Amino acid sequence: MRPRRSSRTPKQSPHVRRKTQTDLSAWRKGGRTDSEKSLQHHQSVNDQKYDSQEGSLEQALSYLEKVQDRVALKKNSVLQRHLDTVESTALKQGLPPEGFEILLNVALSGKFADAVNTRLLRSLIPASVIPENSVVSAVSWLCVGKCSGNIQLLFLKWLITVFDFIDRKEQLNALYGFFFSFLQDEKMCPYICHVLYLLTRKENVKPFRIRRLLDLQAKMGMQSHLQALLSLYKLFCPELVTITLPGKMKTYFKNSEGPWKAAITAVRSRNQGPSPLSQAVVLGTSQPQSRKRKWNAQLVIPASSRSTNNLEEIRGKSSVCLYNTNKSFPVEQLQTFPQLLQNIHRLEFPSQMGSVLTSPLLLHYMNCMKDESIYLRLYYWMGQMLQEECAWCVVDNPNEEEFKSFLQSIYKAECFLQEGFSACEEFLYKTLPLWDGFCCRSEVLSLVSWIPLSNFSDIKSYLYDPLAQLFFTSSIYFKCSVLESLKQLLQNWLNCNVIRVDSEFSSLNTTLSGLVNMVAELVHFVGWISTIGLRLEDNSTFLLHFILDFYGTVCDMYLKYNLPLLIMPPAGVFYPALLSMDSVNLNQLCHIMYRYRTNLVAAKENEQSKKNILQFKFSNQTYQEYNQYIIAMVGCLWTSSAFQKDIHPQGLCMDDKVLCKTGVKELKTSFNIVYHPAMMGYSIEFLKQLCPDDTTFNFKLIKGKKWDWYLEYLYSQGLKGLKVFIESSISRVSQASRSKAANVQT
Amino acid sequence: MAEEAPEDGGTRTLPSLRRLSRALPFGRTHGRLGASSSGRPVVSALCSQESVDPQKTAFLLRKAWTLYSVTPLYRFRRARLRDYARLLSAFIAAERHRGLAVAVGAEMDIAVRLSSLAELRGTDLDQAALLVQLSSRSRASSRSSEDKPVWSGWFCSMFGDDLSENIPEDFTSLPLFLSHGAESYTALVGSWFQKTFDCCFRRLAISPQNLSWMVAMWAGCGLDTAASAVELVFSVPRLAQPLDIFYAIHPEDAKALWDTVQKTPGEITQEEVDVFMDCLYAHFHRHFKIHLSAAKLVKVSTAIASAHCDGIVKILHSQYLPGVLMLLTELAISQIQ
Repeated sequence: MRPRRSSRTPKQSPHVRRKTQTDLSAWRKGGRTDSEKSLQHHQSVNDQKYDSQEGSLEQALSYLEKVQDRVALKKNSVLQRHLDTVESTALKQGLPPEGFEILLNVALSGKFADAVNTRLLRSLIPASVIPENSVVSAVSWLCVGKCSGNIQLLFLKWLITVFDFIDRKEQLNALYGFFFSFLQDEKMCPYICHVLYLLTRKENVKPFRIRRLLDLQAKMGMQSHLQALLSLYKLFCPELVTITLPGKMKTYFKNSEGPWKAAITAVRSRNQGPSPLSQAVVLGTSQPQSRKRKWNAQLVIPASSRSTNNLEEIRGKSSVCLYNTNKSFPVEQLQTFPQLLQNIHRLEFPSQMGSVLTSPLLLHYMNCMKDESIYLRLYYWMGQMLQEECAWCVVDNPNEEEFKSFLQSIYKAECFLQEGFSACEEFLYKTLPLWDGFCCRSEVLSLVSWIPLSNFSDIKSYLYDPLAQLFFTSSIYFKCSVLESLKQLLQNWLNCNVIRVDSEFSSLNTTLSGLVNMVAELVHFVGWISTIGLRLEDNSTFLLHFILDFYGTVCDMYLKYNLPLLIMPPAGVFYPALLSMDSVNLNQLCHIMYRYRTNLVAAKENEQSKKNILQFKFSNQTYQEYNQYIIAMVGCLWTSSAFQKDIHPQGLCMDDKVLCKTGVKELKTSFNIVYHPAMMGYSIEFLKQLCPDDTTFNFKLIKGKKWDWYLEYLYSQGLKGLKVFIESSISRVSQASRSKAANVQT
Repeated sequence: MAEEAPEDGGTRTLPSLRRLSRALPFGRTHGRLGASSSGRPVVSALCSQESVDPQKTAFLLRKAWTLYSVTPLYRFRRARLRDYARLLSAFIAAERHRGLAVAVGAEMDIAVRLSSLAELRGTDLDQAALLVQLSSRSRASSRSSEDKPVWSGWFCSMFGDDLSENIPEDFTSLPLFLSHGAESYTALVGSWFQKTFDCCFRRLAISPQNLSWMVAMWAGCGLDTAASAVELVFSVPRLAQPLDIFYAIHPEDAKALWDTVQKTPGEITQEEVDVFMDCLYAHFHRHFKIHLSAAKLVKVSTAIASAHCDGIVKILHSQYLPGVLMLLTELAISQIQ
């Protein structure tokens, strides 16, 4: 059990210690109170030679260990030097584990004057860990009372500071009663409370101790250290004691950090990584509240606290020991992920389920426990809160900011759980028709993206209709946000479907065809509002970007999400994108059309190989629509024949006479990748590079080999969508006629 | 807007149940959105002659109760009422003396009593009502003197099948809470219940529409004894000075009017209520040239009960206690769902 003294690291001490192991455990059995006697166990003083000016720590320790009588510092230069050594080593690299027992024993045994003891205690800075045994024997010195009150206090302060460095705490916890008995010392009481606070486990909380603390409280009045300890007791045994902490309290232990904290941090950062997390004071009961609110309508998400409700019945005083069943772990103490893992089998949900919203650890836990009551409790709480505090429904509600942050917490939790809350869904259905589209805009729209996929048949009247109304009447930025949120919604639905297919989670009553219908309805809705939105906003490039972003998900539904559904964008979206003045959107459109092609080809192959007999079949209309679009695209980008060959009913086809009236010469070669308004910038740049001296911009030069160069140039400008589109959808028949031939391959 | 009541004017013979689907949290269909056509109690139930033991519920009468809706209590155990009382009492003491710890079970200056009112329930599906009483112990006269009651409140469910049918075992549905006494005590008790049973309290306001339902229903109930007048209080909105209009009708006149309006005994429709109110408005207009329909109905009182739109009721007649509670339970449930 005891760390061997001989196992010191060579780095720290080049002088290997040859002394026999000091058997302190034997010494303790013999008579721990008698320091004189104990010293007889030690070897007689070695005739160590202090050859260097700077004595080693080794020598210092062994000197201190063997000092017999009280030595005055002033007259003793040896002691002076050793003390200096200890101090400087401690500050520089910290003390090794085996140093603590010696130094604590010396400091607390009262052999030296307080000045020396203080210096010794101050230099107790751990390099790595502090052996539990050293602390235990120090506490036994404390009980003996050989040292002065000041030293006792200093020791306690040290213990509090370095508590997390003690390697084990079992034996220390066994001394709980000793510590507890020190409470009556008025000076020590605050520090003892802090030590107890760090040490207390559930089994330490006993009715007699509670009584004792309450007596102390009666005697001394409200003392923050007593309050802290009592609230910890309440945390473990809410059925025995209760306390409400005043809200304004900030620190519960006024103890200064002592001289150690800074030194420890410095040593730790020098030696290794950061120091272990020191145990924070967890008193969740006091929450900052912005102002006095109705008791039943606080938007404050409840602090997670343990329920008094699940405890066994109290049958009488004699049965108190029953509470020793160390079964549950108070949620207030849950602060780290390892804690969650260690206690996951004995964790209880907090008394108010709403508190999980702000605790990622509890959300993890919630993810593991698929219990209906969890969701139902959340459902009721959240539903009431949302209705009571809804910033745009409740008249004269001054708390819009609070409501906003509440919605944000809900959204974050939904993202974490990858699942929408039904209370939130209902809230949206109820209140979207009343929403002005302004209040808490981004929060509401992000919550929309987590509306769960279900067979809910009225989604049109509850979601789409109110959204459409706001969409048409609001600014372009609102339109873009709505599209963004609907894209998220679509992705969430698709992801949810993928997960479900993977896990064969068939208990949900959403059938595949139901899902397909829901998704189709959403995509058609977005197509519809996009068409009108583009018209309202004069084919805004910005809006188009968000629309194409949505179709970036739609075009891949079959391959990426395994959904037997592909829906082409309506003509009202396709043509504005195709004739866009902006190369980013045109490039995006090319990429989308390429993905449509890949998906459709894969679907066709699957159909033909009859791999999936029951597989939903794409209607011919989808292929037909795709082909119409492709003809228009190839006409616009490649063959300059868009106006002649476009066969889409809403397409660009124009009568030759009308075209002639435009006065454009050489109609048949004047609208392609070189002349397209979105591409004009590139072709000009290209020409400049090709013939820097020519300022006439003769676009006709771009043909033959130069056409290929031009393509390479475009690709190098980042038009990757265009690249994949041209490479997949345009087959270049022969070298000679490559500038004209095009062929749609589907 | 929290109180949405787009009435469709259809017949309201049976409560149209809006069920809480079992599979609720995981994506389900539900039909309890928007046009929440809250069900209406059948008149026969309202005016039911079978009534609870008047002795046991007498203390509930003639007091102004403030109404709350309460979501189902999680893990509430009726067998543990005594423990709950000890914990609640310690909680109240700790809250009152912020910062001082209190031992659970010690004598407190506020004594708490929790008890069941088994009589107060509609069907077997309803939970028995739960009564919470706070009384102050006077230190001086120790325990010889009677504790002085300072506050009381009770949870109840009267024909609340809508909610209770569909919730899992761990939940206890007592959707209606009524409190009488200082708001500060309501806050303490309410917070404790919220913390302990993870439920939510919300004030239950009564919409003008529901108030007119109440007055129509209650006006139609005959009482043997000389009944007090039917009174309606209206407030006129958007005035610099608040203006309230009191409208009192002789109970027999009100009943006579209702009897001519009502087509089928034991059944009330929205249409009938509208006609009843329109008649009252027309009568008032004839005399005072004021359109009451443009004012807001804020309070109604009849010989059976009185109700204020802020959610305060006073029940006057024990015979009609279940009927009134049934209506209030229904309102509470519609606020929860």
